[in-house]
Amino acid sequence: MTLDSYVPILFLIVLSTLFAVASIWVSSRIGPRAPTPAKLTPYESGIVPEGGIEKQRFPVKFYLVAMLFIIFDIETVFLYPWAVAYDNLKLFGLIEMGVFIAILLAAYVYVWRRGGLEWVD
Amino acid sequence: MEFEAPAVQLGAIGPEIALVTTALLLLIVDAFIPEGEERWYLAVLATIGFGVAIILAANQWGERELQLARMVAVDNFATFVKTSVAVFAVLTVWLSRDYLKRSEDEESEFYALLLFAAAGMMLMASAADLIMVFLALEIFSISLYVLVGFRRRSLASQESAMKYFLLGAFSSAFFLMGIALVYGATGTTNFYPGGGGEGIAGYLVSSAASDVDLLVLGVGLLIVGLGFKIAAVPFHMWTPDAYQGAPSPITGFMAAGTKFAAVATMLRLFVVVLYPLRADWRPILIAVAIATMLLGSVLAVIQEDVKRLLAYSSIAHAGFVLTGLIAANDRGLSGSLFYLATYGLTVLGAFAVVTVLAGRKERNVTLASYRGLFYERPLLAGALTLFMLSLAGVPLTSGFVGKFLVFGAAIQAGYWWLAVIGMLASVIATFFYLRVLVVMYMQEDDRGLQPAITGRLANSVVGLTAAATLVLGIVWGPLIDLAERATVFFA
Repeated sequence: MTLDSYVPILFLIVLSTLFAVASIWVSSRIGPRAPTPAKLTPYESGIVPEGGIEKQRFPVKFYLVAMLFIIFDIETVFLYPWAVAYDNLKLFGLIEMGVFIAILLAAYVYVWRRGGLEWVD
Repeated sequence: MEFEAPAVQLGAIGPEIALVTTALLLLIVDAFIPEGEERWYLAVLATIGFGVAIILAANQWGERELQLARMVAVDNFATFVKTSVAVFAVLTVWLSRDYLKRSEDEESEFYALLLFAAAGMMLMASAADLIMVFLALEIFSISLYVLVGFRRRSLASQESAMKYFLLGAFSSAFFLMGIALVYGATGTTNFYPGGGGEGIAGYLVSSAASDVDLLVLGVGLLIVGLGFKIAAVPFHMWTPDAYQGAPSPITGFMAAGTKFAAVATMLRLFVVVLYPLRADWRPILIAVAIATMLLGSVLAVIQEDVKRLLAYSSIAHAGFVLTGLIAANDRGLSGSLFYLATYGLTVLGAFAVVTVLAGRKERNVTLASYRGLFYERPLLAGALTLFMLSLAGVPLTSGFVGKFLVFGAAIQAGYWWLAVIGMLASVIATFFYLRVLVVMYMQEDDRGLQPAITGRLANSVVGLTAAATLVLGIVWGPLIDLAERATVFFA
């Protein structure tokens, strides 16, 4: 096996990098500029920004909540396709999903008993 | 579209399932016990889990098949490794019990993570697909990252966990890139031919020698990833820091278990699957082995911390084992297995002595604090003497037999000069093992070093490993016999 077949990919990488750099450079040179205070504020979904992340401190608890949300959110991601394909998977799918949910349930009980779901100020 | 349920033989990963189930059970049970109670049942549950795993693994002895969509090989080789890892883990659990007792850290997580780590190491031994190898690697690595940083109030522990984690993630990236290149070259990640694919082994048989450039590049990256786990030079930088900062029982388990699991994968991958490619991987591994043996031995000489000293010693031992792998013959295979099984018991014993003396607060870990240990605690000093002599490879200890086997295999394969370098490194290494003995016997100290842990369980671990080190150094026949029969691979 030779590396010849990868030459187009290399070409594409070089070309796309050049294009990205060139277009940023060109637009910064020839684009018109009329800054106003409103235009210079960061975009935060239409809400008036309250200073950047560098000025604020927020509790690490949010991090825990976000982690837990992601872990249990993945469960749903798996449940939907399983529900759609249930007719094909039959008993095998049911057992597999049962094992999956049992493991998640163990994690849930653990988080709950260990106070991971409590919000202590 | 008609779905055909795959044939799932869960028996193939029975030991791993037993460990994971025990770990989950442990977490749930512990969550319902009020705080402040003594948590003796955690260690009991973990021991039962490992017992079941050992029985299930031993039952697979003699089988020889690929299961679970050709991802998992069930053979004597895997069984040997799995049983050894489980034994290491049980000893670690007993040691940890006395280490953690009555501290706020005696939590179910410690034992659960240990169970998860052991499950990953077991899976590593029977993985017959690069994706499976990676999965197993990550299971035990992630568990160990957390365990290394388990002394939450200790900055050193935090630092070592962070270093281990960052470098470990980096090495995993190398390993993944290696898998990608191997897949690009061969069109498969599976080891063995069959099931509609030819596998990496089949590809090497059917393809011309000129077609393997990309494959060799990929294999090189796999060596980086696996070399990191066994702490081979030049991928060893994390070892002294991680070994020093981790809780002592975990350090012992890392030295014994991680090394065995990663070398097991290397043996299966290089000596069995990539055997036709040996002209390409041998020079790489020879360079790595020489650097590992010499650098590990030389740098250990100047260490003043016992845990760091043992860390450099474990680097050197990775090099010694690699000579058995480089030989790539039957004696090399069985020799490496024997070496790792006995080295694991010895190094666990050495760290058990360190644990007993250092205790929860990890005090008295400098070499100077071992002054006159023999006059205070003759039994502990005697056990440590035995471990040091075994690590140095003195006759009548298991370490000598292991070194004899791997160097003998290298000589048989025509690499006598590699064996000579290995022996040279052993001589250098003997210097710092003897240094420990000199400190214990020949220097007096009036401070009266007392063990921080007096529990019977921890001391019995010291006793058991010392007995194993001595007995296997005198009656080595049965274990060598087992190791030889364990070289039956699925191939």
